[in-house]
Amino acid sequence: MTARETLEGIFDNDLKLVVGFMATLWVVYFVLGAVLGYDVNGIANALRGLTFWAAVYALCVLALNLHWGYAGLFNIGVAGFMAVGAYTMAIAVNPVNPTSSGAIPGFGLPLPVGIVIGMIAAAIVGLIAALPALRLRADYLAIVTIGISEIIRLSFKSVTLKEFTVLGKTFGTGGGSGLVIDNNPASFINDFLPAPSGLPVTQSVIEGWIYAIALLGFVALFYWTLARVGNSPFGRVLRAIREDEDAASSLGKNTPRFKVKAFMLGCALMGLAGMLWQASQGFVNPGTFKPELTFYIWIALIIGGAGSNTGSVLGGLLFAGVLFQGPLYVKNVVEKALNISGNPESLIAALQGPIEFLAYTLNNMGAIRFIFTGVVLIWLMQNRPEGLLGHRKEPAAAIPILGTQREQGADAVQADSIPDDAGSSGGDEQ
Amino acid sequence: MSEDRDVVLDVHGLEKHFGGITAVDGASFDVERGTLTGLIGPNGAGKSTTFHLITGIHTPDAGHVTFDGHDITGMEPHQVANEGLVRTFQIARELSEMTVLENLMLAPKGQEGEKLWKAITPGVRSQVVEQEEDVLDRAWDTLEFFEIEHLAEEEAGNLSGGQRKLLELARALMTDPDMMLLDEPFAGVNPTLENRLIDHLHDLREDGYTFLIVEHDMDVIMNNCERVIVMHQGDILADGTPQDIKNDDRVIEAYLGGEV
Repeated sequence: MTARETLEGIFDNDLKLVVGFMATLWVVYFVLGAVLGYDVNGIANALRGLTFWAAVYALCVLALNLHWGYAGLFNIGVAGFMAVGAYTMAIAVNPVNPTSSGAIPGFGLPLPVGIVIGMIAAAIVGLIAALPALRLRADYLAIVTIGISEIIRLSFKSVTLKEFTVLGKTFGTGGGSGLVIDNNPASFINDFLPAPSGLPVTQSVIEGWIYAIALLGFVALFYWTLARVGNSPFGRVLRAIREDEDAASSLGKNTPRFKVKAFMLGCALMGLAGMLWQASQGFVNPGTFKPELTFYIWIALIIGGAGSNTGSVLGGLLFAGVLFQGPLYVKNVVEKALNISGNPESLIAALQGPIEFLAYTLNNMGAIRFIFTGVVLIWLMQNRPEGLLGHRKEPAAAIPILGTQREQGADAVQADSIPDDAGSSGGDEQ
Repeated sequence: MSEDRDVVLDVHGLEKHFGGITAVDGASFDVERGTLTGLIGPNGAGKSTTFHLITGIHTPDAGHVTFDGHDITGMEPHQVANEGLVRTFQIARELSEMTVLENLMLAPKGQEGEKLWKAITPGVRSQVVEQEEDVLDRAWDTLEFFEIEHLAEEEAGNLSGGQRKLLELARALMTDPDMMLLDEPFAGVNPTLENRLIDHLHDLREDGYTFLIVEHDMDVIMNNCERVIVMHQGDILADGTPQDIKNDDRVIEAYLGGEV
């Protein structure tokens, strides 16, 4: 295990760890693209896509980590809360008198207002889900959340809610065909920071990059917020609830209230993630918010390690960059490099020769990547069930409490406890 | 009994039925402030259920519990704890993946940082940090009092059975209670640690804390409590000084399984 210790020694600082990992992904994508003959624009676009996916997954996983990692709230309705955020924002900001025919009118509010309303809506739906379920044990919350998530998706899909008029105000969810959102977080940021011209890549790629970088800023904001939540008396109570709710309440903690607050905050952040992710594409439809989305976010959390915010970010990057987008990128690059265009329709046809087999494999990469994901999960469950950084215990206090021994107690401790925070200076590495 | 008794906990006519089984059947007793009072009785006498009824884990079917002049009947467990009446559990409920220090820092009442907005909002958080310094200080004082400061950074799950009992008592004390209900505090504790624990209880009693202790070890109860309450079949069988109890024929019969 010395290799791992060396690695941990190098990445003694969480920021370095995350940035180092993201940089590694960038380099790998760049090299793959360059070696196999992608042009500059193609590589820039691939890296943009990677950054976007890594960031949006990190956002969702961070929010889910507050629920599961800190408070032990088993929420498997993440997609539903994201949908509430994205749709509410869309309805709030869409123009009152849309110019294009067939578009559903909205309330024409400014985007920042729409975002706040979307977060509040997601938090309120979270409250509605939580109130009956939090009185019961964890499994029931899981059932309620996945149920609510599907109810939300199917409601947005229903013809009844497609377009309707309340008190003379017409709006709606667009039904199965969804809603166009011209005024969305990506367009907002691109209006704010116009793309520079004269670069060897297309305008849309530059705009995408600006938005992707803004998303990284949101990841930092989520992380900062959740670290403050975790490293506080509030976070301490959440961790106590996860471990033994009866013990926490016997010490005078009103545990349902803590759970509801944590649940609502997490749901609001999930709603925001839905706006920054799906709504930023300029279009939402119900098909985006199927339960698979929730499960992808869960996989990323399990890989990263529930309970650790840094692990959550890392899990998001790893899932999005390596397991989810990686295989598709490899497929595109290989297809382009080897000029494969065949499309064998069955496994029998694919077994006719190596080229056919390769083409068949590449064409099914969208499904095969989930086999990889499954293998990674099985390996992880056997070798590191707590996830990459799940072993990490971030101190549950608003002030540093490690290594604060008073002088009289200090001598006894050093002998038998591992001073795992002693390396924070990082001076003895290499 | 003299008339100037200072009763802190008064239990009156407490009843609890689980289906057809009567666990507590009209139990009435009181506990005086600043005493070590023992609650004993054979298995199934209703001692633990009585504890659960007092601390809000179960709701009584009949009867009243008054603590320090307040009616606490049917309150939620956290409300009872905030009234100043804190319990420990028969099987220690340490928070095993949190350190000993974090376990202790969890307990104090009125922590501003337990309000979510105060924990997050810049500017306000400095109050939280300030209060955390005090909480940390108190946690260290408590650890020193129980002589377990060398375990401060240990995860609670790694402690021995006896150390967990100490931790639970220390954690309950951190809530700054008036009275503590201890459910078998000496079960699974080695004799050396048991003696230390008893010394601590006496020290705390002298500081004005009140204790009601459920315990199976007769000697500990008889040697350390001023007053002993005996439960049998959900009701109070006897109530008096250890000497009275030792000489009470009904108690002896109850323990030997005879009819009363």
